[in-house]
Amino acid sequence: MNLSFFDQFASPSLMGIPLVIIAMMFPTLMLPSQDNRWITNRLSSIQSWLIHMITKQLMIPLNKKGHKWSLILMSLMMLLLSINLLGLLPYTFTPTTQLSMNMALALPLWMATLLTGLRNQPSISLGHLLPEGTPTLLIPALILIETTSLLIRPLALGVRLTANLTAGHLLIQLISTATVALLPSMPTVSILTSLILLLLTMLEIAVAMIQAYVFVLLLSLYLQENI
Amino acid sequence: LCAAVPLKDMKLMDVKLGQLSTWLAMRDFTPGGIAGAVRRGYDRYLNKYINVRKGGLGGVSMVLASYVVLSYIWSYSHI
Repeated sequence: MNLSFFDQFASPSLMGIPLVIIAMMFPTLMLPSQDNRWITNRLSSIQSWLIHMITKQLMIPLNKKGHKWSLILMSLMMLLLSINLLGLLPYTFTPTTQLSMNMALALPLWMATLLTGLRNQPSISLGHLLPEGTPTLLIPALILIETTSLLIRPLALGVRLTANLTAGHLLIQLISTATVALLPSMPTVSILTSLILLLLTMLEIAVAMIQAYVFVLLLSLYLQENI
Repeated sequence: LCAAVPLKDMKLMDVKLGQLSTWLAMRDFTPGGIAGAVRRGYDRYLNKYINVRKGGLGGVSMVLASYVVLSYIWSYSHI
């Protein structure tokens, strides 16, 4: 019996050893490394196709210097995608529901884009703080607003991912508890609730993929401004 | 057939029951040895189920199912 509905987010540990590390390493088993065959196995072919498609999408808006970021952005994308999707299996632990992990991913990467911009093209980066065509009177206020929105980006990145995944897992748990609890007394309502559960699970699968994509897309957007 | 193979290098299926403890004691339990064993096991699984011309859903599903079972075992005390 769960003491509260938040127990599923507690870091599992076996005899004090935190198992979150194994939960984060597990996606590497799903991604076999490329050996240089002409015809690879089906799993590798599907993954290569996926990675090529996403890399093209992400790297088209970036200039040549931005292409150096393709490795880290693609590995980030595959990590988030696999962690989010594996978290939908029963009893598994999703490391991205922990704010600490998402902030650890978001803050350094965002700061890297910011520092790249400030170092290589400082006036252009600072120029982004004032959109073109603003009335003169509004300039001070707008600079303050743009600075705030710039500084809040890493927080938003991390919290967005955490909140979406946590809320999704929590909803699934609540609705499934309701379904099971209603089953003896009102079976029809229970069936309706299980339909809702089905739709919710499909939504969660979509959200898992979308959130990973959004994270990486926003990072590449911040990169475009600064590189 | 396997008369001249020293005990240390015999595969597990060929070891007789009485020799099991000696065999276990002679295996390589250094971190490098364990890493090598994990790598060998991984490669065997990969080559048997995934790295084939028409690998199906079963190879990946076995890994996922074992992950679910393992997670259940880890979180049993919380349930």
